[in-house]
Amino acid sequence: MRLRFRGLKTNMLIKKGAEASLYLEDWHGQKVILKKRLSKKYRVPELDKGIQNQRTRHEPQIMHRAKKAGVPTPIVFLVDLEEATIIMEFVEGKQVKHVLNDLPQNERRKLCRHIGELVGKLHSNGIVHGDLTTSNMILTPLGEVVFIDFGLSEQTWELEARGVDLHLMKRAIASTHFMHAEECFEAVMAGYERIMGKKVTNEILEKIAEIERRGRYISER
Amino acid sequence: MTKGYCLGIESTADDFGVGIVSIKGEVLANINDTYIPEKGGIHPREAARHHANIAGKVIAEALKKSKISLNELSIIAFSQGPGLGPCLRTGATAARALASYLSLPLVGVNHCVAHIEIGKLTTSARDPVTLYVSGGNTIISAYEANRYRVFGETLDIAVGNCLDVFVREAGLKPEGGKAPGQIVEELAAKGKMFIQLPYIVKGMDLSFSGLLTAAFNLLREKKFRLEDVCFSFQETAFSMLTEVTERALAHTEKNEVLLTGGVAANKRLQSMLKTMTEEHDAKFSTVPREFSADNGAMIAWTGVLCYKYSITVPVEKSFVKLKWRLDEVEVPWVENKHAD
Repeated sequence: MRLRFRGLKTNMLIKKGAEASLYLEDWHGQKVILKKRLSKKYRVPELDKGIQNQRTRHEPQIMHRAKKAGVPTPIVFLVDLEEATIIMEFVEGKQVKHVLNDLPQNERRKLCRHIGELVGKLHSNGIVHGDLTTSNMILTPLGEVVFIDFGLSEQTWELEARGVDLHLMKRAIASTHFMHAEECFEAVMAGYERIMGKKVTNEILEKIAEIERRGRYISER
Repeated sequence: MTKGYCLGIESTADDFGVGIVSIKGEVLANINDTYIPEKGGIHPREAARHHANIAGKVIAEALKKSKISLNELSIIAFSQGPGLGPCLRTGATAARALASYLSLPLVGVNHCVAHIEIGKLTTSARDPVTLYVSGGNTIISAYEANRYRVFGETLDIAVGNCLDVFVREAGLKPEGGKAPGQIVEELAAKGKMFIQLPYIVKGMDLSFSGLLTAAFNLLREKKFRLEDVCFSFQETAFSMLTEVTERALAHTEKNEVLLTGGVAANKRLQSMLKTMTEEHDAKFSTVPREFSADNGAMIAWTGVLCYKYSITVPVEKSFVKLKWRLDEVEVPWVENKHAD
């Protein structure tokens, strides 16, 4: 591993998920994120290899498509299928989760509208993020919002998938930004409507209501 | 109430089961009679006819086994859903008749809740992430705030259904009361070569229909040994199940996993989940074999739990609920320190 990615330095684990570990590294004087998918002992090696390989290939592809759709994502520097590893840009800035509550109202609305536009751009280009929480959005010092972690993303134009995507966003806002939840989600949907139009947006809102009625997404706590 | 017994009737699909369980949770009887179709899958009306024919016999047998008399019973429970309409109605009719005749309270039990509760009664699991896998259901759930919340589920067919149809398509005949899944398990154990098949996991949800179609195609092509097809089919399906269970475990931050439902009897699935839970320092339990498939004891025990919280249903309102979801049911008896 060390040899493969010559020049990596710090090796600091910053997140250990069910599927992958994230390390913050120094790579030729640049801060990078190393995302390594974990091998699962319960799966036969042939299957395990196939899944890791497929997902490691899929993630940078979707990130690239997102960029083409006008949604900023980290630069991918290196993909190593053997090691199921992606080395990408460490995006300087703050997670939207940590800034949203403290912004003045008009700024907060503006930011949420902008996020809604970005989600609209993803959806209108057939990308569903799959984990739209405010921790997966970075606000850069230049005021740009960068979407990260496309590990659960998929290519689809289905209403159901889009509805699930935005419903997750609504739930994430409700749990982390409950003081301004309604206002924030409304602003997100206003931004979304700018890209997707009124008709689709209404269909999505109906879909979200239907998902809520199913009961399976009632808040966990 | 410290003394008393509940008689529970299960009839959601091809099994007609009667269980007798004490208020304290001792299983005194658990008798089952399964409808076996001459060919193809379960025909709901034929299954219901089978149930109606043997209902009296199975109830009598359960009473005999339990060594208690009819007038010692204090609760009648039945599976009210989800399931096949004609089958559910047959069980419900028997339960209503008993409750009316004996003037006893009637409890309509959710079949999915019952699979979880019998797992908790018969293992040391207390607050687990539950993987419930059977011919009709594939659900990953955990308790949060008064309900078993569904974190993941199949988007199309159940994993047990997928196994059953595969076995039929392969022309294999289950003999001696073997479950179709058991045949796949035995053949898979002799498989050596892994063939790539569709592996569909969407967040915490699963899809098995593409896997089934691809497995059909392999059978038709006859390019591979049947053992290898079974091996690859089983490995793919169970890896998907284990992966979503792992995600749910990480997400809920619980430290127990419970495997329940008819497919829980599969040793390979058990071993995969065990490997996965060990990596998370979590505890793994599997429901004992006699309680894994549909059975009356699980309905009786859940009937007891409901009754303790006065959850009963008047006979005239005891309609069956064909699509009654697990997460629609409030389960006030579950104690949980995380709840609030």
